[in-house]
Amino acid sequence: MLNRRNFLTAAIGVAAAGTLAACAKEDDSSSDSAGSGGGKKITLGFSQVGSESGWRTANSESVKSAAKEAGYTLKFSDAQQKQENQISAIRNYIAQKVDVIAFSPVVVTGWDAVLKEAKAAKIPVVLTDRSVETSDDSLYVTLVGSDFTDEGRRAAKILEKVIEKAGLKGNVKIAQLEGTTGAAPAIERAKGFKEVMDAEHKDDWKIVVSQTGDFTRAGGKQVMAAFLQSNPDINVLFAHNDDMAIGAIQSIEAAGKKPGKDILIVSIDGVKDGFVAMSEGKINAIVECNPLLGPQLMEVVKTVHDGGTVERWIKTKEGDFMQDQAKAALPTRKY
Amino acid sequence: MTTTTRWRALTRHNLFWPVAVLVALLLVNIPFTPDFFAIHMTDGHLYGSLVSIVLFGSPLILVAVGMTLVIATGGIDLSVGAVVAITGALTCSYISDQKDQDALAGVLLAMGLGLLAAVVCGLWNGFLVARMGIQPIIATLIIMVAGRGVAQLITDGQIITINSEPYKLIGGGYWLTLPFSIFVVAAVVAVTVALTRRTALGLLVESVGGNAEASRLVGIRSMRIKIMVYVFCALCAGIAGLMISSNTSAADGNNAGLWIELDAILAVVIGGTSLLGGRFSIGGTVVGALVIQTLTTTIYTIGVPTQTNLVFKAAVVIVVCLLQSPKFRAKVFGARAKTTAPATPAAAPAEPAPKMEVS
Repeated sequence: MLNRRNFLTAAIGVAAAGTLAACAKEDDSSSDSAGSGGGKKITLGFSQVGSESGWRTANSESVKSAAKEAGYTLKFSDAQQKQENQISAIRNYIAQKVDVIAFSPVVVTGWDAVLKEAKAAKIPVVLTDRSVETSDDSLYVTLVGSDFTDEGRRAAKILEKVIEKAGLKGNVKIAQLEGTTGAAPAIERAKGFKEVMDAEHKDDWKIVVSQTGDFTRAGGKQVMAAFLQSNPDINVLFAHNDDMAIGAIQSIEAAGKKPGKDILIVSIDGVKDGFVAMSEGKINAIVECNPLLGPQLMEVVKTVHDGGTVERWIKTKEGDFMQDQAKAALPTRKY
Repeated sequence: MTTTTRWRALTRHNLFWPVAVLVALLLVNIPFTPDFFAIHMTDGHLYGSLVSIVLFGSPLILVAVGMTLVIATGGIDLSVGAVVAITGALTCSYISDQKDQDALAGVLLAMGLGLLAAVVCGLWNGFLVARMGIQPIIATLIIMVAGRGVAQLITDGQIITINSEPYKLIGGGYWLTLPFSIFVVAAVVAVTVALTRRTALGLLVESVGGNAEASRLVGIRSMRIKIMVYVFCALCAGIAGLMISSNTSAADGNNAGLWIELDAILAVVIGGTSLLGGRFSIGGTVVGALVIQTLTTTIYTIGVPTQTNLVFKAAVVIVVCLLQSPKFRAKVFGARAKTTAPATPAAAPAEPAPKMEVS
C-alpha cells in the first residue's frame, strides 16, 4: 500500500521533472531506488549524533526540512550517542549507494576504516557540526559547522560593547562557567575568549573564577552560588551556554543582586529560553551557535554531487544579539 | 584519665570520623573565603555558604536515606538517578500543560503523578529483586538505563521550563527564612528514623539484610520487607526529583540526577553503613551526604582547576574511607601512640575492635 503510494509519488515526481518538492515521506527509506530511476534526484544519507538537547533536535529538524525543500531523498538515522550505530548506518548508506553521506560524528577518532570504504565506493562524505581526526585528509570533503573558538572571540568582543553600554567603570572581574570538561566547545570557547582578553584587555579584565557547570542549568546554578560566596565582587559572567547562564541567574537573584545590572551576563548558543531571559533584561548579550545548518548543508551537498569544489570548513552563518534585539528576535527562535 | 577514656569513647562513636571530616572540610574554606560561616538576611531569607550547602545537598540527602535502607537489606538501587529524571519530567510536563501554572491544585496533582511514577518504579525494582530473585545490581540497572530514555520521551528530548510559583517552593523557595527543602528533608529523615528505630521495622530490615532466608524461617516476611525498601527508596528519589526540577524550574531528562546514585552510595558508605547489609545508620548517611556536598562546594570556592576536580574529590574520598577503616587507624595512629608513649606498648592496637551498636 505504502509502496504503491511511494511509487505514484515518484512517478509524479518524474513527470514534473523532479523540480517540485512532491517527495515521499521524510526520513523514509523510499523505494524509488536511490534516485537512479528518478533522474537527477539526489539521495543523501545523514547520521545524527542523537537527540540529547534542544539544540540537537532543532539541528535534526533543520536538516530534514531543508532536504525536503531542496527535493532530495533523505535517509536519516539517529545514532543514539553510539559510534558503532553510526558506523553501521554509514555502511548501510554505502551499500544502498546513496549519492552523498553526511554525519555529525559522535566522537573525534576511529573513523578511518569506514571512511575509506566510502571513498572506495566513490561516495563523498560531508561532516556537520563536529570534526574528526583522520590520517588521510581526503577521506572527507568538508565540514559544515560552527567555529567554537570564534564564538569565544565574539563573546569577548560583544562583552566590550556590553560593558560600554552599562557604563561599567574600573576593573572587570569575570566569572566563567565552563562547559563539560574536555568537550571541544568548552575548550575552544574558553580559548577564543582568553585570546581576545589577553590581546586587548590585559590590564583591565580578569577571570577571577572559572569552573565547569557541565552545560546544565543545575550545574550553573550551584557553581554560581559558590562563586558569589567566594568572590562577591564579580561583575561579569561569561557562560559557555545559555542553560548555565539561566541557572546562574537564579543564584544571582537569590544573593539579592540583579542579573544584567549588578552582574553583566554574556552567553553562547541562543536557545529560546536564553532569548526569553535576555528580553527580560537578565542576560546582556548572546552569541549565537546556530543549529539550523540544513540549508547550508544542502547547498554543499549539491555542489559536491555536481563535482564542484568546496572549502574545507564551511562556517555556519551566525549572529550576535544584544538586549535591544532580543524582543524582535524572540519569535524567530525555533529551538 | 577520665578525659582519655571519654576521648576514646568519642572516637569510637560511629559518627565521629564522618563528622570530623565534615568539620575539617568546612574549616578548609576559611582561608579562601573568610566569611564562609557568615549568614546574612537577603530579601527576607537567610543567605550564606552553609545555607547553600544544605539547599543544594537536600536532594542527595533524600536519595541517600532511601539508599541506606536498601543497602541495609543487602541490596543496592542504581535506578534512583533515572527515577529523579522521570519524576521531574512527568511533573514539569504536566504543569506546563496547565493553563494556570500557579494553581495549587494542578501543582499538587502534578507532584502526585510524579511520585506515583516513582512508586511504580520502586515496585518494579522490588518485584524483580524479591519475587524474581534477580541480583539487585542487575534488576535496578534496567530502570537506570531505560528510565532516562523514558524521561526523554516525556520531555520530547527538550528541557521543559515552567513558571509556577507554588512548585518553585519545594526545591528553590524559602519558608520561615530557611530553604523549604530543609523542612522536607527534616520531615523525611524524622519519619524514617521514627519508623526504623521506634518500631521493629529497622530491626526487621537489618535481619533481612543479615540473612534473608533465616529471617523468613523465623517468620519475617522478608520479601515484603524488600519490596517495601525499594518502594521507599524510589519515593525518596521521587521527592528529590521534585526538588531538583523545582530548584531550576525546569525538567532536563538528560541531566537531572545524573550519577546521583553513585554519590548516594558514597554518602551511605561514608556514613558507616556496610555494603554487605545487616546494619545501617541514618544519621551517618545524612552526615555523609553533607560531606559530599561540602566537598563539591569547597572545590568551587577554593578554585581547584576544572581538570583536577575529580582527582581532588577522589583524594578526599580515599582519605575519608581510610579514616573509616579500623585496621588503617590501628596501623597509623596505633604506631604513633607506641612511639610517643612507650610506657604502654601496643595498647591501642591490641584492644579488640569494639562491638558497634546499632544506632
